[in-house]
Amino acid sequence: MTNATRTVQFKIYRYDPDKDAKPYMQDISVELDSTDRKLLDAMVKLKAKDDSIAFRRSCREGVCGSDAMNINGKNGLACLTAMDSFPEGKPVVLRPLPGLPVIRDLIVDMTQFFKQYHSIKPYLINNDPPPERERLQSPEDREELNGLYECILCACCSTSCPSFWWNPDKFVGPAGLLAAYRFIADTRDQATNERLDNLEDPYRLFRCHTIMNCVDVCPKGLNPTKAIGKIKEMMVRRAI
Amino acid sequence: MQRLVVGAGYGLKDWLAQRITGVVMAVFTLIMFAAALGGAMSSREAWQAFMANGLIRFLSFLFIVSLCYHAWVGVRDIWMDYLNSAALRLFLHVMTLLALVGYAGWAIQIIWRL
Repeated sequence: MTNATRTVQFKIYRYDPDKDAKPYMQDISVELDSTDRKLLDAMVKLKAKDDSIAFRRSCREGVCGSDAMNINGKNGLACLTAMDSFPEGKPVVLRPLPGLPVIRDLIVDMTQFFKQYHSIKPYLINNDPPPERERLQSPEDREELNGLYECILCACCSTSCPSFWWNPDKFVGPAGLLAAYRFIADTRDQATNERLDNLEDPYRLFRCHTIMNCVDVCPKGLNPTKAIGKIKEMMVRRAI
Repeated sequence: MQRLVVGAGYGLKDWLAQRITGVVMAVFTLIMFAAALGGAMSSREAWQAFMANGLIRFLSFLFIVSLCYHAWVGVRDIWMDYLNSAALRLFLHVMTLLALVGYAGWAIQIIWRL
């Protein structure tokens, strides 16, 4: 493999509340090798060039969800976004996740997001005495959890949802609702009714207007809209 | 500090009603298209005869009630999304409801007069 270098232009949202009166976009370019295949590789090089740029990163393989950001107008993970997916000759525009308060540059305050996540009690509720080894499920019951448990809480979905932008304090958001359905669908959980009661609210669940931005951006290919639809379906079945 | 309160314990009925009223309106629209193609709108007399039909009166009443309920949920959602003041929201909710009820009566009076 050749190690040919190429130059890529970036436009990066910069804001340091201690120094800047207001945010601005910084133009910066970086030399990349052929081994710099993902956006995160390029950002690590950017950071080496200008160490004042702040962003979160950790596992660099789409598992931790730290490096979620708005890439050319669409939320995604820097570590999963291929450099060759960008149109050539145009700068790559990086902004923080929309709708959350900016701490600095590409780092946002996720407090509101996690508050909503915690509000759905994201843990198994089962009052039976724990068995000696584990609570068993049939393979079919376990199958129900596929497409739900994989969420890494990167917040790409919730911060691309207009309903979450308007009411982040009241609407649980796609990530929280996907997690809620993960426990509602779990046959080992005994709090289905309480969970449905907790969501039966014009804001908490019914702010979802099936816009489906969440599905469009999820880096893990999950479908929160489908999970939300299933919660609504369960509520209908419970009510009639 | 004001405590944030959520958990009104409703939402399902309105969500379901919005879907059902949507279906009612869609079906009525198709019936009207079919009627137009069948010549029910070719003259004033044909239109009057069509609208005087008992079934069409029943369906047009259902359509208007569905439209108002559908609009109520939709407009209320807009107030809920964009207005933070509870007092202003309550005022606009009541105004929307009153306007829609008034419009429903007015619309039925117009259509049944035919």
